[in-house]
This record gives sequence, C-alpha cells and structure tokens, in this order.
Amino acid sequence: MTTATAAAGAHEAHEHTHYTTTGLDNRKIAIWAFIGSECMLFGSLISTYLVYKGRSVVGPFPHEAWTSPTGQVFKPILDIPVTSASTFVLLMSSLFMVLALAAVENKGKPGYEGTLGSSKLWLLATALAGAVFLGFQAYEFTSFVHEGLTIKTNLFGSSFFTLTGFHGTHVAVGVLWLMTLLFIDMKRGLGPKDTILVDICALYWHFVDVVWIVIFTLVYLIQ
Amino acid sequence: MSNDRAHADHVHEHPTWKQYKWVALWLFVITVVEVWAYYIPAFVASKAFVPALLLMSAVKFTIVVMFYMHLKYDHSLFRKLFTGPLLIAGATLVAFLFLFKR
Amino acid sequence: MASSAATPTHAGAASHSSEQSGLWSWLTTVDHKKIGILYLYTALFYLLVGGLEAVLIRTQLAKPNLSLVSADFYNQLFTMHGTTMVFLVVMPLSAAFFNYLIPLQIGARDVAFPRLNAFSYWVYALGGLFITLPIFWGLAPDGGWFAYAPLSGPTYGGGYNMDFWVIGLQVLGISSLAAAFNFITTIINMRAPGMTLMRMPMFTWMSFVVQFLVILAFPVITAALFFLQFDRFFGTQFYEVAAGGDPLLWQHLFWVFGHPEVYILILPAFGLVSEVLPTHSRKPLFGYNAMAYSGIMIGFLGFGVWAHHMFAVGMGPVADSIFAVATMLIGLPTGVKIFNWIATMYGGSLRFPVAMKFAIGLIAMFTIGGISGVMHSSPPSDLQQTDTYFIVAHFHYVLYGGAMMGIFAGIYHYFPKMTGRFMSESLGNWQFWLNFIGLNLTFFPMHFSGMLGMPRRIYTYDAGQGWDLFNMMSTVGTYMLLVAGLLFAYNFFRSKKHGAPAGSDPWGAPTLEWSIPSPPPDYNFAQIPEVTSRYPMWDLKAPDRTAGIEHSHPDAAVIAEAHAVPMHEETERRTAKELGIPMPFNTIKPFLVALGIIILFSGLIVLHIGNFPLAMATMLGGGAFMVGSLYAWLTSPLE
Ligand code: HEM
Ligand SMILES: [Cu+2]
Repeated sequence: MTTATAAAGAHEAHEHTHYTTTGLDNRKIAIWAFIGSECMLFGSLISTYLVYKGRSVVGPFPHEAWTSPTGQVFKPILDIPVTSASTFVLLMSSLFMVLALAAVENKGKPGYEGTLGSSKLWLLATALAGAVFLGFQAYEFTSFVHEGLTIKTNLFGSSFFTLTGFHGTHVAVGVLWLMTLLFIDMKRGLGPKDTILVDICALYWHFVDVVWIVIFTLVYLIQ
Repeated sequence: MSNDRAHADHVHEHPTWKQYKWVALWLFVITVVEVWAYYIPAFVASKAFVPALLLMSAVKFTIVVMFYMHLKYDHSLFRKLFTGPLLIAGATLVAFLFLFKR
Repeated sequence: MASSAATPTHAGAASHSSEQSGLWSWLTTVDHKKIGILYLYTALFYLLVGGLEAVLIRTQLAKPNLSLVSADFYNQLFTMHGTTMVFLVVMPLSAAFFNYLIPLQIGARDVAFPRLNAFSYWVYALGGLFITLPIFWGLAPDGGWFAYAPLSGPTYGGGYNMDFWVIGLQVLGISSLAAAFNFITTIINMRAPGMTLMRMPMFTWMSFVVQFLVILAFPVITAALFFLQFDRFFGTQFYEVAAGGDPLLWQHLFWVFGHPEVYILILPAFGLVSEVLPTHSRKPLFGYNAMAYSGIMIGFLGFGVWAHHMFAVGMGPVADSIFAVATMLIGLPTGVKIFNWIATMYGGSLRFPVAMKFAIGLIAMFTIGGISGVMHSSPPSDLQQTDTYFIVAHFHYVLYGGAMMGIFAGIYHYFPKMTGRFMSESLGNWQFWLNFIGLNLTFFPMHFSGMLGMPRRIYTYDAGQGWDLFNMMSTVGTYMLLVAGLLFAYNFFRSKKHGAPAGSDPWGAPTLEWSIPSPPPDYNFAQIPEVTSRYPMWDLKAPDRTAGIEHSHPDAAVIAEAHAVPMHEETERRTAKELGIPMPFNTIKPFLVALGIIILFSGLIVLHIGNFPLAMATMLGGGAFMVGSLYAWLTSPLE
C-alpha cells in the first residue's frame, strides 16, 4: 500500500523543471526517503522472524525434520536449490535493470546503438526476471502448503509467509511499474530526458533485490 | 528553471558497463559460495559459519547499493537518507535479538 | 504592506474565494493552504469529539460507584479518547501547520507534490471517520490506544471493535507517511535561494525532524498492525500465546513506534512556540543552533528509549538500566530547549498577546510534565507509578499542557495570516486563563490519586480510599476546560467574519511568511525572494535586532539563475494568471485513491462477518478502483 503511495509521489512532479534548492529532482529525494522508510518496515518483519525462530511449538520447521504426535514425519521444509535458483534470477534482474537505465540515459549516444541501447529489451528482461522470481515463489508456497505448512500452522509459518509474502508483493509492484515503463517506451519511446522515470523505478527495484539478499541469508541459509 | 541544475546529479562520474558486469559476477560468485558453504556440515557446525555468511551477504548488499543504486557516485544527500535509517533499523534489530534472548 | 493593510486584504480574498468555493473546490483542491485549512477544521472537529469523550469519562469518575456508562462502554470511551487525541487531533493539527506554514516559511509556491498532499488529507479524513463512527453502534475499539496483544487479538478480543482500530490505524499511517515523504522533499528541495538549512525558521526545523520520525516510526507499527490483522482475519499465530507467541512482541513493536510518536506530537508545538516567543520578545531566538541540534538529538535518542514503557514486564536489570539511562539522557536536549526559550525572553521588550501567554504556558506546563517523566525514567520509581493516574497526570501535562497549548499559541499567532483578521484578544484571555486553571485543576490532583494507588483504565472505584476529593477536583477542572474549548470555538468562528482586520505583518514578525498579504494569494510569492539572513523581515523593518546574526550579500548569480529578487514585501494581490505563474490543476483523483483504499480495507470487516464472496468483491473492487484512480492521477499533468 505504502509502495503505491510512494510510487505516486515519485511520479508526481512534472516534466518541466522548476528551480530546486539542491538541483536534484524532487522525485529522487522522495524515493530515497521512501527506501529509508522501507528499511524500517523490513527491519521489523525480519526482526519478528528471527525473534520467533525456534519458538514454534509444532512443526514443520525450516531446517529440522519433525515427527508429529501422530507419528507423521515432516522433512526440513526449506528447499535451498530452488531458492538459490530464484535468488540468482533476481540478482540478474538487477543487472538488466542497470542496463535498462543506461540504455535510456544514453539513447542515441555512440556505443548504445545495438542491443546495449535497447531499453525495451532490458526493461522487458527485468520484468520477466521479476515474474520468474514470483513464479518460483508461487511454486515454493504451494509446495509448502502441500507439505503441511500454511500461514496458520505455527509461528514459523506465520512469520515466514508474512516476511517473504511482503517481499513478493514488493516484487509484484515492481513488475507492474516496469511494465508501465515498458508500455510508455513502446508508445512514445524513453530517452535521456526520461532518465529520472527509470532511475526511481530502478532504485526501488534494486532495493527490493538487496532485501532479498538479506532474507536469503538470514532465513534460508543460516540455521 | 535552468536545465543544467536539474541534471546536476548526472554530471557525476557514473558506474560503467564494465563495472556492472563485475558486480554481477561478484554477486553470482558470492551466492555460489554461500550455498556451497550451506552444504558443508562441518562448516555449518563451526563458529565461523554465521559470521562468514553475514559477511558475504553484507558484501553483496553493499556492492548493489554502491554500484547498481549508484550511491557511491550520487549526491551525498542520498547517502544520508539511506544510511541513517539503515543504521537505526539495524540497531533496532540487534536490540530485539538481545531483548528476546532466552 | 503593514500600513496599506488597514484596508482588509479580505476584500481580495473574497473575490478569489468566490471563483473557487463550494464543496467541489474543497474536494479537488491541491493548494497547500486550503489543505492546511481542511486539516485544521477536521482536527478541531475531532477535538470536540475527543473532548466530549473525556467529559463523559470524567463525569463517570466524578464520584465513587457512579454508573453513568457501563464498564464496556467505558473501555470504548478511553480507547477512543486516546486514539482520537493522538491520531485525529494533535497529529493533524500539526499537519495543518506543516501544510500552511512550511512552504510559506521557506519561500516556496507549494509543496513538492501537491496532489500527494491532497491524498494525505483525504486518507486522514476518511480513515478518521472509519475509526470514529462505530462508537454510535457501541462497536468502537476497546483495547486501549496501545491495543496490547494478545488482548486485542482474536482470542481475547474477538468482536468487531478492535477490527476498526487495526484497520483505521493502518489507514491513518498511510496518510502520515505520504505527508512525511512530501514534506521531507519540500524542505530539502523547495527552499528559496539563500534559505540555507541553518536559516530556516525553527518551526520548519522541528517539522523536518518530525517527518523523519514519521518515516522511521510508522513502518514499525505498520508491520505490527499487519501481524495483528493477519491474526484477526487470516488465522495467523503471531500473538497467540498457545502457539508460543510472545506477548511482549506487540509491546516492543508498538513502543518502538510509540516513543518517537510522542515526539511527533510535541516537536511541532515546540516549533510553533519558537516562532511566537522571539516575535513577541522582539529579539532573535536565543541559541538557534542549540535549538536545531537539540531537536535532532531528541529525534535520534527517541529511537533508543522505547522500553521505558515496559519496565514492569521484567526485562531484567541490564535492559532496564540501559533504557533508564537513555531516557534520562533524552531529558537533556529537552531541558536545553526550555532554557533557550527563557533566555529568548530575558532582556527582550515583551508583549503579551494571547499567543504569547499560551507559549509561556507551554514552557511552564511542559516542564512539570518533563519532571514527572524523568521521575518514571527510574525503574524502581516507575514500578510504583506505572498504570496509575500518576502516569495519566504526566502525559497530560506534556500533551495538553505541552502540545495543545503550543498549538493554541500557533492558532492565535497565525490566524491573522490565514484569514486576514485577528482573533479576539479579550475572549482569548478568558480562554487562556480558564484553560490554564482548568488544566491544573484536572491533572495536578491526578498525581495524588495516582500515588495513592488509583489505577488507570478503571470505570469506577469504591469510596474510602482517599481518592474521592482528587477525582472531584479533576472532574470540575474538566468542565472548566470544556467551557474554555467552547469559548475558543466561538472566538474562532466569530473572528473569521468579524475580527479586526490584520495586515500582512500584524505582529512585526521576522520570517518570510509575513512578507506576503494575509491571507496569502494562491501562488504565495509573486517573486521568490533571495534570503540573506535568518530574520529577513527584521532586516527590512528592524535592522537593529538582527545586527548580531550572520548575513550574506544578495548574490547576483543566484538571483539571475533562480529568477529570485532581493528581499521585499509584497503588497499587491493579483491572480496567478496575470503574473504568469503556472498553478497545479485541481483534481478529484487523490480523493478517489483514498476512497479506494478505505473500500479495500473495509473488505476485511466483511470477511470477519463471514461473507467471503462479498469480502473478496469489496477488496478486489476497492483495490482495482484504487489502482485505476492512481494510474489516472499519475498520467494526468500536474499543471
Ligand atoms: C522529558 C521527556 C519525557 C520523559 C522522560 C518521558 C518518560 C515517560 C516514561 C518513562 C513513561 C512510561 C511510564 C509507564 O511506566 O507507564 C511515559 C509514558 C507516557 N508518556 Fe512520556 N516522557 C517524556 C515526554 C513525553 C511527551 C513529550 C509525550 C507526548 C507528547 C509523552 C507522552 C507519554 C504517554 C502518552 C505515556 C503513556 C504511555 C502509556 O499508555 O502507558 N511523554 N513517559
Ligand atoms: Cu516513551
């Protein structure tokens, strides 16, 4: 929800440039303030996950097997290979994102004629990578549910699905944002004067990526 | 009003395509090492495991923020807007771990 | 202007408001001044609501064993009183001043994102209704303004009551966050040439600090509220003790937000008083730098003291000691402010209009509240005081005696700027003295009833415990406050029409907002001035007062580049069109987005009722409406 508001703020100021005190664009200041604020949101979500780690009274658990009172055996639930793959995809999306920004910023300049200068390609690649990441997450969530872990099962389930779900929602908003930029690019073409539009989206996107870097280590790898 | 002022944030030196590639490579390599470490039971059991993983994750975090989010090259204002909240969030997280320790 | 202002600038205002009055113009406005006025009126309305709730509470407690209201309804009353006063009165009253004053004080024509600003207001207005209306059906939230889980969770609070709280607060948070991003950007980036950070008026400084507190504190309660919502609506286990949930999780998260929140409430009032005192002492603010830095220190330390609200839960000696010391530390920058205000008045040529009386009232009353605050920063002492009326005395001295007195000072001071007319000084004097005596009569005895062991949040009590007299005093005081409040309302509305005309600079004040007509034209400044010192208006009119402070020379390069002109007073009132100043279009879209958000969240209540299809329809419909309106907003040009 707050993402939408910030996106709104970020898009708000208009094309032609007014005098500003710092010479910077209003939207860029707002998006950095928003990212600062998001640090506290994810800080709270991650703190809660860590505080509750090991406090669930029933399984399944992330890293240990569990035998229920009825004798049913649950294996450790986290699937590291699959998540490693989705992590890789999200990391690469950040590379695509910087290439998209560079393509828009340098449109028409020497060295940016071919693939490197195709902002449409890189925007699409970024959005696709984001969508693939979401696909992995959907797969992960459904398989967890099949293995007996829902958001209601235990503290681990509640805090895990909430944390990763919030991150996934941020990715989804980012994909929507990227698609919107792609749409604008196809309609009228994005050029150097639109750099700011892509820049603020890129900052948001990379931030969502670094949040995942933290989650991947703290939630998935450390036991 | 004047366009060059509005674009003042872009006159700074920019990370280049070469750097982008290197950053991506480092991200990839560190991730591989992290996952690899996860599958060495002796290392997982050792005291060095958690600090090592935290360090690797911090390196990834830092290079994305510095190069991909071009914080290293941008106006210092953005650095302040980001690191201030990040430090407060980090300190709060550590305080929580301490307060809820059993 | 000051002289020509004898002709009420109101004549001009009348003609320009005729072209844009009516309900539609208010629904669609993006002018920071009109939005400020909307905040002001809405918050004053909620002040009446919260005040009446307080009157009911105090009437019920006037004597032992009264049964005016039921225990159940009493719970709703104190919960809604606290929630209303914090989120619907003091924060929005501060927001009214942020909106109205920040652009004027920094020499800007509007905020950075005018439409986002309208959005903030509408989310607040609709969210406020959402959380307030249920009391008429006896369904108001009843878990205290801090809603301690698991009491507020589904197991112990399964009714609809707390639904309205967990959703309403979430929505109000969106409003505060959106406004904070807006004002941070505005203050960083919209200052007139020469208006360096260390030349900003102190109100703008304190507001700047507050916006950072908002963007850092609100996400924490946002997370905590999401957990509680998920527990209530989706069956998660975050606060379920049976599932291993820790009852302290909510408390910690809430107070990580909650302590910065108390500074969000008080710092704007500090800022207002820091404008009033120098003006009526006719002397620069003493220790400007110390004032600015102490504000920053308060904001920063404010994130490290939250657990002083939790000494009674048994955190252990280490945590208790750390938080106790940090809490005592935060008293220092607060003390710095008090001494600086006193030093500002010392040796000045003082004037005592009502605004000044309220400002001095704040200094005195806040000091009392600050001292009792330092008393319970010591855990052994706090264990005697926590959850008693002693705490109630403490935070009403800081909130009523501090925040509200500061805001009254601000209203009396800035009313002439907002309307072109003065508020009545004689009615104001009555209000001030009734207020001052009523406040002390209400809250001072609570120190005693608290020390004698009277707990907070009880709906009645037995005679013979030594509390009767103190409670009667408190109730009598409350009725005095009610009379004072009604006097204020009368004064406010009467003066709007019949007040004596005020010029552009009726108080001889030093800062930029007084260099333009009252009420200001919609573009604020026909020509943006180049600022060369902290007190530009005194440089023009009373240079002897500012001889000692730092000045720069007008910079020809800056002036040329930014189309600024040297500092001057503006007396003419022309339309933006005549002057060729582009103004943002009015638009309904921010209102529609806000409406979409409310509909989206209301779906959760339907879910609780148990109608799954209708709930999904409401949420998806509201969500789609919100996203659609948002796209419409973002794709239409600002001006
Ligand atoms: C000198 C600065 C201050 C100090 C040292 C201080 C200290 C404290 C402490 C230690 C408590 C916890 C008492 C308990 O055990 O329940 C408390 C409660 C409270 N304070 Fe303050 N405070 C200060 C300023 C403020 C300000 C400026 C406000 C608001 C404008 C405020 C509002 C409150 C409120 C609402 C509570 C009640 C919390 C509850 O519901 O239990 N305080 N204060
Ligand atoms: Cu506190």
